Amino acid sequence: MSTFVMPSLGADMQSAVLMEWKVKEGDHVSKGDVIAEVETSKGVIEIEVFEDGIVEKILVPEETESKVGTPLAIIRSSNESTAVEKPTSPNAAAETKEAESSIPPQPLPDEPQRVKSSPLARKKAKELGIELSTLTKDDKPVHLAQVEFKKASGTTEMGGMRQAIAKAMSRSNAEIPHYYLSTSINMTSALHWLEELNEGKTIEDRILPAALLIRAVVRTLQEVPQLNGFWMDDALHLSEAINPGIAIALRKEGLITPALLNAEHMNIDATMHALGDLVTRTRYGKLRGSEITQQTITITNLGDLGVESVYGVIYPPQVALVGLGRIMDTPWADGDSLSVRKVMQATLSGDHRATDGRTGGQFLNKLDQILQTPEELL
Amino acid sequence: MSAEEIKQIIIKQILEIAPEINEEDIDPNAHIQRSLEIDSFDFLRILTALNKEIGVGVPEADYGQVDTLSHMVDYFVKHL
Repeated sequence: MSTFVMPSLGADMQSAVLMEWKVKEGDHVSKGDVIAEVETSKGVIEIEVFEDGIVEKILVPEETESKVGTPLAIIRSSNESTAVEKPTSPNAAAETKEAESSIPPQPLPDEPQRVKSSPLARKKAKELGIELSTLTKDDKPVHLAQVEFKKASGTTEMGGMRQAIAKAMSRSNAEIPHYYLSTSINMTSALHWLEELNEGKTIEDRILPAALLIRAVVRTLQEVPQLNGFWMDDALHLSEAINPGIAIALRKEGLITPALLNAEHMNIDATMHALGDLVTRTRYGKLRGSEITQQTITITNLGDLGVESVYGVIYPPQVALVGLGRIMDTPWADGDSLSVRKVMQATLSGDHRATDGRTGGQFLNKLDQILQTPEELL
Repeated sequence: MSAEEIKQIIIKQILEIAPEINEEDIDPNAHIQRSLEIDSFDFLRILTALNKEIGVGVPEADYGQVDTLSHMVDYFVKHL
């Protein structure tokens, strides 16, 4: 028997709204199953269960704001046979009640054509005098982020996502002694190789340079694992799984860096497929709790529409950030001849408490080397 | 399929990917990706959708010929 609580989906998160249960009492669940959707400053996130069992009791109704750690449901392990009727702790019931009583009253039933929205969105919209119906098309529920965006677009007040980024980045710059390294990588042969690979593929299966670069970074981290992990309790903890957080700009405003989970097990096709899925869900759908909490390093690829090089701010407790700039036609000296080549600036921001420049240098040199023999990335 | 029909299909796909854009903001002669801030992922999604709707796949080597809305219309008309 265990209690499933509102997970922390980031150091800045204090509470979230349970939007929808994906299971009902009596359902069997397996480790990794999505059991509910919650709304946070990062949008609507699917939360997963971390054990096998049966949903014994749901403690919190939908559309309830709950603090991190509030019991949401009781999960009985598959091998426990007796059902327990009482909540596991008196605290659980009390907290749930408290959370429930903090919900703003629901609108009266005579309100014409009620717009679906989360309680937080409704409350905020009322505070700001924004008409919810102006925020939605085709009957989709309105979320807090949309209300805040509407608000933010008119004034300088920050939305929830902006605040979350502000907190994390302030903490990073206050706590982490960064060091920065940069190197120019000749991408000509890698891009040529990719072009040939794509010739045999349908549009759906086409591989973008971003996927090739992520695959190359993951391969490099297998050789230089000291940059893949966390700084916690004054020590570097390496992670066996390589879960690169990929910086993905949202269409309207803001940025999320969800993890490409277990990228070390993906070949280049699987990397592209998973990346496409991640980008699509970040912009148009839903992310999972594990994807916004389990990043082991960050990769920011501003290259597409962007700049020559990026010196990033590390997202704590991670210890490194890889920045990949725009691939540009650049004069390139090879021996005593000069030619024009496709060149990319790769940068590394490292946490100097965890590693030294030597490790960072090894990483960038290895990345360069791997990108010169791209066929090994298949 | 007429050029105008193709143009409407392309505009529909762009608006689906980037719902915050107004149709009037799409300049037929501006670089689609740069002027509308559509990155390589969303651009690939647009080409994938157009391949399904129009039945013409744009190989990577021809990306230079589909950089603006009017170039894209010309390209699809030519390859129908």
